[in-house]
Amino acid sequence: MRWRKALEIMSKVNVPHSIIATDCGSTTTKAILIEEREGEYRLAARGEAPTTVEAPAEDVTLGVRNAIAEVSELIGRPLLDGQRNLIKPYDGKQGVDMYLSTSSAGGGLQMIVAGVVRQMSAASAQKAALGAGAVVMETFAANDRRLAHEKTEIIRRLRPDMVLLAGGVDGGTKKHVTELAQLFAAADARPRLGSSYSLPVIYAGNREARAAVGEILMKKTALEFVENLRPTLETENLQPARLKIQEQFLEHVMAHAPGYPNLIAMADRPIMPTPAAVGSIIQRVADKYKANVLGVDIGGATTDVFSVFSGVYNRTVSANYGMSYSISNVLSEAGEDSVKRWVPFKISGSVLRNSLKNKMIRPTSIPYTVEDLQLEQALCREALRLSFEQHRLLATGLKGVQRQADIGAMFDQSKDDDSLVNLLALDMIIGSGGVLSHAPKRSQAALMMVDAFLPEGITRLAVDSIFMMPQLGVLGEVFPDIATSVFEKDCLVELGTCVAPVGPGRTGRTMLTGQIGDRLISLNFGDLQLIPLAGGQNVYVELQPARGFDIGAGPGQLWKGVLYGGQVGILLDGRGRRPFSLAVSEEERLQQVKRWQDTVERAH
Amino acid sequence: MGSAYVPGLKVLENTKLQVERRLPLKGRVKVRVGERVSHEQIVAETEIPGRVEMINLAARLGLEADDLPSHMLCKVGDSVRQGQELARSESFWGLFKSSWPAPISGTLESVSEVSGQAVLRAPAQKVTVQAYVDGTVSSVLKDEGVIVETCGALVQGIFGVGGESAGIVHCAVKEPGETLTPELIRSEYRGSVVIGGSLLTLQAVRRALEVGVNGLVAGGIDDETLKEILGYDLGVAITGSEQLGLTLIITEGFGSIAMAQRTFELFKRHEGELASISGATQIRAGVIRPEIIIPSSGAAQKESQAPPELSLEVGAVVRLIREPHFGALATVSSLPAELVSIPTGARVRVAEIKLQDGSRMLIPRANLEIIAGS
Repeated sequence: MRWRKALEIMSKVNVPHSIIATDCGSTTTKAILIEEREGEYRLAARGEAPTTVEAPAEDVTLGVRNAIAEVSELIGRPLLDGQRNLIKPYDGKQGVDMYLSTSSAGGGLQMIVAGVVRQMSAASAQKAALGAGAVVMETFAANDRRLAHEKTEIIRRLRPDMVLLAGGVDGGTKKHVTELAQLFAAADARPRLGSSYSLPVIYAGNREARAAVGEILMKKTALEFVENLRPTLETENLQPARLKIQEQFLEHVMAHAPGYPNLIAMADRPIMPTPAAVGSIIQRVADKYKANVLGVDIGGATTDVFSVFSGVYNRTVSANYGMSYSISNVLSEAGEDSVKRWVPFKISGSVLRNSLKNKMIRPTSIPYTVEDLQLEQALCREALRLSFEQHRLLATGLKGVQRQADIGAMFDQSKDDDSLVNLLALDMIIGSGGVLSHAPKRSQAALMMVDAFLPEGITRLAVDSIFMMPQLGVLGEVFPDIATSVFEKDCLVELGTCVAPVGPGRTGRTMLTGQIGDRLISLNFGDLQLIPLAGGQNVYVELQPARGFDIGAGPGQLWKGVLYGGQVGILLDGRGRRPFSLAVSEEERLQQVKRWQDTVERAH
Repeated sequence: MGSAYVPGLKVLENTKLQVERRLPLKGRVKVRVGERVSHEQIVAETEIPGRVEMINLAARLGLEADDLPSHMLCKVGDSVRQGQELARSESFWGLFKSSWPAPISGTLESVSEVSGQAVLRAPAQKVTVQAYVDGTVSSVLKDEGVIVETCGALVQGIFGVGGESAGIVHCAVKEPGETLTPELIRSEYRGSVVIGGSLLTLQAVRRALEVGVNGLVAGGIDDETLKEILGYDLGVAITGSEQLGLTLIITEGFGSIAMAQRTFELFKRHEGELASISGATQIRAGVIRPEIIIPSSGAAQKESQAPPELSLEVGAVVRLIREPHFGALATVSSLPAELVSIPTGARVRVAEIKLQDGSRMLIPRANLEIIAGS
């Protein structure tokens, strides 16, 4: 309840002058200081320190204080007192007015979800958990063909932080969801943290089965009821379950994580799971610009993908795709050849594998040589591609809804794909995470995102300047205007716009003609061109795709609109889509990849 | 980041070590404070609930779910034997009878009149925890386990596979840069912990399995060899539960990398002594590194429990943990405060280091590992 109460009182809070916000990640804790200067709120400084949730410190606030101390040194103003407590409020000489935090340290929020039918209530439960910022470790359904004892073994072994149980429309059958409740009772699992408290289970299924579910689970778990997340086949009501998950995250999970009680006491607002905070700021941006937005946050262990298409928000987390802890998993899932195809120099499979494994066991090391950097960036492309594929599969409309098929739909093959992700309608991609935010050149971040997501038509590209979206997400829950203002001025770095015609073609054929500024352009199939256009220099253009090619207005149709510049410029990508392929011969591929990277890096 | 360097792995001699031995669930502690324990001795035990069988009895017997309780032949909490009738239904005034037998022996845990399911639970399974090292119980964690104290040497590896084991230390190579080949693994190494040099080859691991070696320790291993041994491509570094027949620990990294001279010399000094080893590695969320503990009989001169505040200072001995010169040892000669451009183009905090050949370089602080210990 603390979460809701806190949200309720937010509107009554006086607007502070100085706010410090931290994000406690699994490796580092990042602090940002936001202050009002000459009537506007801006980022004043940023500091970071290793996260201290693990032994020997086992107190996350130690890392928080170290990160704040770095901010303090940078601005030359005391923020901590002699006992290293935050000085509050700001008195003109020292201190801050408010402290906020997000956290994904210690593995974040790990959940198991269950529903009666995998594609229906189980899918909705998964969406609710992901939207609340969880890593979904396992999804059970009454129809998933695994035997009961196999499922109970999995539940015991995984030891989740929390369970979300759904199933059955309101007033429908109670049998299957009751069976699922028996499954969790039989598993008698302990939560991951705290050996002496009961596993939190949130029931969000058929409301008429509450009594039966309560009888089975009440004594063995910390059971909570919320509204049915799938009250009818045609409707989804995820918000009550999401709010309850965040509330339980704070009250159960965080309260038992090492040092978190101290962090909870230190913060002026409830701690938010990091992905929930990033999702919140992405939704805010999509809403403000009425745009379809794709966001990605690639970390060491996991990659989160967020999308808002036609106002519908989806988040997925690829729990084992990341740039350090999970780097080997990306290699194993993508395959050696998929990673090697982006590397612009010859490398043996053995050297590639050993290099990536060494990054896994020493996750905080950074590339020193150009070759090492290119190898990591090759891997990043595959991590993003795989995570995005998972997102496309999970970000779908409701399954199980009766639809009337018309004759047109029967001939439209794309209707088979229920994904809400429509690349041709995508307006903006925002990248975040160390490998993108801290790429030595912004052009490298742009090309990594284009190669991984293969945007179609006209798509703006941006990165989170210094990896501060989580802090702005939690700030946005309290002061949305301040968060949006800082996001636009200090967080979002516009890279430019990618123009990628979609359609079948062969190398050398003209795909697109037109004029950008005073420059006439002609793009051939297979080419990648960069037209410099600085940030803030937006130009009105008319672009004519060749017959059969589409950049958003329809095949062969003239596209009129504004292209936005940025630190990279306008990237005309004629390398083809659906499928996108690289040269088969190794020599040719090496030249091709090198040529593309050189073209884009000319921006610097 | 002010302290963007990697705390080093421990290589300690003659040190007081405390090892926590904890049950996965609450249970019974079987030893007392002050008691001497051997590495194989069970110090705590518990039972974990048995596996469950869920049987949809209502469907099997053609009953409505809410009719099931009245057709049960045993009560919730009763013990049942495999094959014993759990419930019986009759139709046509008793003319046709059908029943359903218990698929396992165990306890009837629940019967639901909503789902029509019965839950049977097999007898609990015993879980024990051994002392792991020879030592003395220094404290008891009520109902959960003990802390065993010992003194001796501790070497942390960077990565391992396989669980806890023990054996006599044998150095199979003469130099830390020597590759561990199968010919070096002699049949008398059965049950031992064998120390290699720079690389564990696949053939050497196979030979060790043939001989019955308990543990292999070397500087490096090729990822392809690891994949071959495990039978799968390791995705995430959470290990320790592999059933390989032996425990593997690497001290430096992947590829052929000479074991640090200091580490190798420590093993040489302890040849013929009993070592406890664990390959368990978890790099994310609660870093666990593999370890080799060699208890000694003498009194410890140092405490290992309060880890020294490691800081990157001028004069500190560091290891380079990334190319170029991956694995090399060096001394920090200066710590420039300003950010410096490195060949990738990134501007980072660096340290000036002096390599053993006397050459100097600027290396990102994040790529230095402080050599901890004696």
